[in-house]
Amino acid sequence: MLLLCEIFITEHFSFMKKSYQSLEDNSTNNMKQVKYRNLTIKSVLLGFVFLLTLSTTLLAQDGDPAKGKTLFNTNCAACHSLDKKLTGPALRGVEARLNEQGLDREWISAWIRNSAAVVKSGDAYANKIYDEYNGAAMTAMPQLSDQDISDILAYTATEATTAPSGAGDTAVSTAAPTEPGISNNLILGALALLFMLLAFGLILVNKTLRRFAEANNVEIAEATKRKSIWKAFVHNQFLMLVTAIFFLLASGYFAYGYMMQIGVDQGYQPVQPIHFSHKIHAGDNGIDCKYCHSSARVSKTSGIPSLNVCMNCHKSIYEYNGETTAEYDKAFYDGEIKKLYAAAGWDDVDQQYTGETQPVKWVRIHNLPDFAYFNHSQHVSVAGLECQTCHGPVEEMEIMYQYSPLTMGWCINCHRETNVKVQDNEYYTKIHEQLSKKYGVDQLTAAQMGGLECGKCHY
Amino acid sequence: MVMMVIVSCKKDTRPNYQFMPNMQAPVGYETYGEYDVFPGEQSAMLPVEGTIARGYSLFDYGSSNEEFLRAKAELLSPLDSTQVDFARGKELYDIYCGICHGTKGDGQGNLVKREKILGIPSYADVGRAINEGSTYHTIYYGKNAMGSYANQLNEEERWQVVAYVLKLKSDLEK
Repeated sequence: MLLLCEIFITEHFSFMKKSYQSLEDNSTNNMKQVKYRNLTIKSVLLGFVFLLTLSTTLLAQDGDPAKGKTLFNTNCAACHSLDKKLTGPALRGVEARLNEQGLDREWISAWIRNSAAVVKSGDAYANKIYDEYNGAAMTAMPQLSDQDISDILAYTATEATTAPSGAGDTAVSTAAPTEPGISNNLILGALALLFMLLAFGLILVNKTLRRFAEANNVEIAEATKRKSIWKAFVHNQFLMLVTAIFFLLASGYFAYGYMMQIGVDQGYQPVQPIHFSHKIHAGDNGIDCKYCHSSARVSKTSGIPSLNVCMNCHKSIYEYNGETTAEYDKAFYDGEIKKLYAAAGWDDVDQQYTGETQPVKWVRIHNLPDFAYFNHSQHVSVAGLECQTCHGPVEEMEIMYQYSPLTMGWCINCHRETNVKVQDNEYYTKIHEQLSKKYGVDQLTAAQMGGLECGKCHY
Repeated sequence: MVMMVIVSCKKDTRPNYQFMPNMQAPVGYETYGEYDVFPGEQSAMLPVEGTIARGYSLFDYGSSNEEFLRAKAELLSPLDSTQVDFARGKELYDIYCGICHGTKGDGQGNLVKREKILGIPSYADVGRAINEGSTYHTIYYGKNAMGSYANQLNEEERWQVVAYVLKLKSDLEK
C-alpha cells in the first residue's frame, strides 16, 4: 500500500512539475521563473514530509520496506527469497514466526550479525536451524545497523502480492498471436471470393458478347487448320539438337549443384532435448561463450557444458522473466528449466540434489569428417578469434544452427585472408621474422605460415 | 525448378546426405560419442576413483564449512609475485566471475543488474573478509548459491583468478 501511495505521489508531483515547467517555458519574466522553481522544490519537500509521516503512521512500523528491499537484494537475496526456500529459508513474515518461538528482535539482530556465535552459544533454535540446513553457516553481517535490520524486517513483513500482472501478461500473449492469423485468413478468403466473382463476370461478358454477335450475324473467324507447333518442332532437326544440348547442360549444372551440397550441413538446426536459447544466455544476458564452453580455450573440442555449469546459475534462476514471444512464452521456458532440474536431479522445493540424474542427449550440430583435424584451442587461444567468426551471430539464435558450411574451401579461404597473431607469442617470433622476409610482407597470413599444408589438417 | 525440388527435400532439422559415410565417421571413440562399450553408452566419464589425471594435484580440503574455515586460516597461494599475471587473471575473471560479481568485484555484474541473480556481495564486504584461502576454496567447491568452478578453471588458473580477486578487493577498499 505504501508503495502504491509512493507511486501515486511521485507521479502526482512529476505531473505538477511538468505543468510548472510548461509555465516556465511560457513565461518570459525571469522573476517569475525563480518564484516557480522555489515553489516546486517546496512542494517536493512537502511531499517527502508527507511520505515520511505516511510510512510511520499508517503502517506503524519502524522500518522502511523500500530501503529494506534494496538492502535485502544486496545482502540476503543470494541465499534467501521471500517465498521460496533457497540456500536458506524463505523469509516472508520471519519476524512474526520467530516471535512465536519466543525470539525477539535482539535475537534476530545477533543472528544476522554473527550467526556462528549464536550457534556456538548453544542456543536451541539456532542449532536446530543450523542442522536443518545441513550446517550451511550464514555469512556474518556485522556492517548492518539496527536501522538496516529493521528496514529489512519491514520488507520481509510486507504482504505477498497476488499475481494479477502475470495473468494479464498471459492474456496479452495469447491474444496477440491469434489476431494476425484471423485477419490473414480473412484477407485471403476475401481475395479468393473477389477472384471468383471476377472470373464469373468475365464468363458472363463473353456469353453476352457472343449472343450479340449471333444476333447481328457477325461471323467469328475460326482458326485455320495449321500444322501443330509441336509437330513442326519435332520435324526441325536443328532446333531439336539445340534443345537437347540445352537440356544436357542445364541438367549437368543442377546435378553439379546438388552434388556439391552433399555432406554440407550449413543451416542444420536440429531439435534439442532441452530448448536452450543462445539468444537469452549469450545475447540478452551477455554471458561469455567461454563461460559454458570453457574447454574451447584449452582443448580440441569446445566442450558441451556439463549440467553443473547450468546449475551454477539455475540454482537461483528457477523461472524465466525476460521477454517472450507467441511461440516461446514464460510457461514454455519455465518448463525447459524444469527439464534441466529433472536431468540434473535437482529438487527445487527442497533445494538439494536427489542423485537421480538423467544424461541429456544433445544433438551434435557441427561435425567435421574424421579425416579433417580441427582444434578449438589453436583458434580461440592462440589466434584469438571470436567464436562468431565461424559460428555466426550465435547471440541472436533462439535455436542454434550451423552458420558456416565447414567445407575445405571455406577453411582455406579464411587461412588465406587472416593474418597470424604474433603479438605476445614468442613461439612465432623467429619463424615470423624469417618467413616475412622470404615473402616480402609485414604480416604473414595463416596460409603463408603453413596453413595450407595438407598435413596440417589431414593425417 | 529441379533444383528447387531437390533443395526442398532437404530439411534443416535433419543432417544432410553424405558421400561415403565410412570415411566421415570416426573409427576411434570421440569426445561426446555414444558407444556400447561405455557405462551408460557415454564416452564422457568421470575419472576412475582414486586416480588423478596428469597435470592435476590433490586438494587437501573438503567441502564442509569447517574445511572452508581451515582453508581460510591456512591455505596460501603457490604463485609468487613473478608468476601472478593480472592480465590473464582479468581475462579469466571477466569470463567466469564478472558476469555476477561485476568486473570491478563490487557485486554488480550483468546478471545482477538485470535482476536475474541477486545478493552478490562486494569483495570488500567486511563480514566475509575474503582472503586467498577462502577465495580458492569457494572457487573450488562453491559456496551457498555459487557453484563450483573447478571444472572450468584448472589449478593454476584458479590461483590467477584468486590473485586478481584480491587485487580487486584492495582496489575497492581504497
